[in-house]
Amino acid sequence: MVVRYIVILAVVAALLPIAVPWLGFVFTLAVGIGLAALGVAMLLRSGLISIGHALYFAVGAYAVAFLMRDAGVHDLLVLFAGATIITAAVGFLVGAFMVRYRAIFFAMLNLAISMVFFTLLSKLYYVTGGTDGLAVATPTVLGMQLSRGAFDVVMQNAALILMVAAALLIDRYLKSPLGEALGAIHTNEVRLEYLGVSARGVIWAAYTVSAGLAGLGGAITAVAIGHVVPELSYWTVSGQLVLVAVLGGIGGVPGAFIGAFFLELVRTFAVGIAGEVWNAIIGISLLIVIFFLPEGLYGLIQRLERRRTNPK
Amino acid sequence: MNPILAVRDLRITFGGVVAANGIELDIYPHELVAVIGPNGSGKTTFLNLCTGYIHPASGSVTFEGKPITELPPRTITRRGIARAFQIPQLFAGHSVLECVMLAVAARHGIWDAWRPLARRGYRHEAHEILDLLTLGAVADRLTAILPEGLRKLADIAIAMALKPRLLLLDEPTSGVSTAEKIPLMDTIVGVLRAEKITALFVEHDMDVVERYADRVLVWDSGRVAAAGRPHEVLHSADVLERIIGVG
Amino acid sequence: MIANYLPLIVDGLADAALIFFVAVGLTLVFSVVRILNVAHGSFYAFGAYLSVVIGTIFAGRGWPLLSLTALVISPLLVALAFGPLIERTLLRWTYGRPEALQILVTFGLFLVLEDLQKLVFGVQPYSQDLPMQLLGTSRIGGIVYLNYQLLLIVLALVVGVSLRLLLKKSRIGKSISAVVADEELARTIGIDAPRVFMLAFSVGVFLAALGGALASPTIGVAPGLGAEIIVLAFAVAAIGGLGQIEGAVLASILIGFTRVAAIYFAPEFQPVVPYLVMVAVLIVRPYGLFGSIGLRRI
Repeated sequence: MVVRYIVILAVVAALLPIAVPWLGFVFTLAVGIGLAALGVAMLLRSGLISIGHALYFAVGAYAVAFLMRDAGVHDLLVLFAGATIITAAVGFLVGAFMVRYRAIFFAMLNLAISMVFFTLLSKLYYVTGGTDGLAVATPTVLGMQLSRGAFDVVMQNAALILMVAAALLIDRYLKSPLGEALGAIHTNEVRLEYLGVSARGVIWAAYTVSAGLAGLGGAITAVAIGHVVPELSYWTVSGQLVLVAVLGGIGGVPGAFIGAFFLELVRTFAVGIAGEVWNAIIGISLLIVIFFLPEGLYGLIQRLERRRTNPK
Repeated sequence: MNPILAVRDLRITFGGVVAANGIELDIYPHELVAVIGPNGSGKTTFLNLCTGYIHPASGSVTFEGKPITELPPRTITRRGIARAFQIPQLFAGHSVLECVMLAVAARHGIWDAWRPLARRGYRHEAHEILDLLTLGAVADRLTAILPEGLRKLADIAIAMALKPRLLLLDEPTSGVSTAEKIPLMDTIVGVLRAEKITALFVEHDMDVVERYADRVLVWDSGRVAAAGRPHEVLHSADVLERIIGVG
Repeated sequence: MIANYLPLIVDGLADAALIFFVAVGLTLVFSVVRILNVAHGSFYAFGAYLSVVIGTIFAGRGWPLLSLTALVISPLLVALAFGPLIERTLLRWTYGRPEALQILVTFGLFLVLEDLQKLVFGVQPYSQDLPMQLLGTSRIGGIVYLNYQLLLIVLALVVGVSLRLLLKKSRIGKSISAVVADEELARTIGIDAPRVFMLAFSVGVFLAALGGALASPTIGVAPGLGAEIIVLAFAVAAIGGLGQIEGAVLASILIGFTRVAAIYFAPEFQPVVPYLVMVAVLIVRPYGLFGSIGLRRI
């Protein structure tokens, strides 16, 4: 059933930019956020909130900038792969001690590290461009340097493919023993340990994967916008990622992307109509979902679907 | 015959209370040993010490000849000891079958991120265990809504799914109505004997102890105060008065 | 000897004082209501904005001295406006829900308040340093100090001691302690827990707004202030141990001094310092300097 939703999402996402061209950019950004939010959602399964995942989002984004500027890498796919691997590696290292913590303290430590990174990005002007950030030139695709217009189309399709691929892979992960164990940590960690399973190991694996996802999301964002700034690591971005995950619903993989589309669409339309209230709209939407739709938008869709096939 | 579990001089104190005061015992393969004693005498502490949930200040626990005193629960479980808890430790929000399948998957290896947990092989194995413990009918029910007796059985099913060689049961019949106790224990003991699992069970119901235990260990103030066959121990005036409070 | 370090000490304590007001409010709310309020920073910002506005009005009317009162009036207004309202509505609906959800609710509130702030006060920076100017300077041992800084330190002491007396000696304080220790038990002996929650939360709002009002003469008040201060307050609260008021005191002093030391010796990295300290403390003591957690009984 999940596959069906992913396919529907993909089709809508593929057609929408054709119907409304400027939405293509919004879609690409939404995929970036959605991937990072998916990472957050994975950890939420085990009851762990990361309010510092913007760290990995920023690492992925700046990795692209550094790879282009300092390592002479210009190919889009290599940039994406490189950023994802680098970010996953950072996640692996941070995860090594992060997995000892739970609940608020896990959240706090993630937050702290992301803010350290934010301030370092802001201050180390000669390395990171400081508060101005770094420009990201248009990457080459399979050796070809495209016009920005053509490149944007390629990006949208790349984002689409990556979204579908990530969704399918993470769906498999969450249904595998390693993924189901994540949920078990939330409900009864002690029991899981008494099954012979290392809760820390299970979390570490998920943490590394979730970091990689956020890194890929950051990389996509960096390339799409053409610019990276320290704010990518600010705590409000982390908050947005958690918000998107919960808004969309953590019950299934499509949730993160549904939440991300919602966020980006609201942001885009609200800025046009009433620029100063888009935060409030998102905030109120979050509150509505928390109180009335605890399973998120995806949960709502699932419920409607069940009622449609089971009219009782 | 070598003991499957050997405990030597186990000691631990919590904030002034001596919870383990030099525990010494041997459990032999295929035995069914009952542990009785007043509340607060340290029986659950003993189970916690044996399974690595807490570590003793001094003393040792050896399983199948190898020391396990300082190991964590997950390692001890992998070595072949499983535990069923006084308050059943289940995974809320999951069905009984899902809980047991997770245990089966844990036994085969949790480090699998590709193939589904709910695969045919694991499902089949889980069903087998549930059927053995007469839980087949409630396999798909959520653990949260089961009556206490079935929750206990589910907890034991999870433990058995790990195919342990030693099973530690903490008050398997507490919270179960008198009418259900015997059928419950008949089922459990039947499986234990059939699968040749050594078991140690903490129990307060003396009828259950007398009926099923091969040996009885009497706990008092953090140590084994008396040991022997049920009819010896349970009818000893000394034990009855000191420990069970009948005099 | 000490005289050489006196400027550093005064600067450090003054900085610690400003942090203390916000952090202790956050900690108090967490210890009683058990919610980490992300919107706590928004109240700080409102306190700051309102204090500047009121102070400017008084100054404009030719009553510059009254601008000092703005520092106290403003937090009172903020607390009255937001405290009971938010606790009664939003927070009450979240009691008993998972921690994660509660934090998200306060995050949603934060987002709404951010925009409300922009709608009411606009996006241009405000500033009003009249209270600071009015108090002038003192000369101690050849060095000039701002009396405002000394006032901050004194006020922090007053607030700290009052809070302690309130919690330990007064009837309402004992009710609060009872609810903190065991809510169910407190209810059974007749303590009006909902009223306790509302009071504790409102005091927390007051303290946050007070921090903002007191800080306003020393900083530029602009959008983003709330976001900046809440993450710092979180850091301080986490370092001290969530819910531990003594911890908040110690952590505020620690952060105040390390920040000021950074300004003196490595100014570029001053913003990083609180978070580095936070990482360092949490790695060594995951629950903060005064926090703790027990092993679950099975």
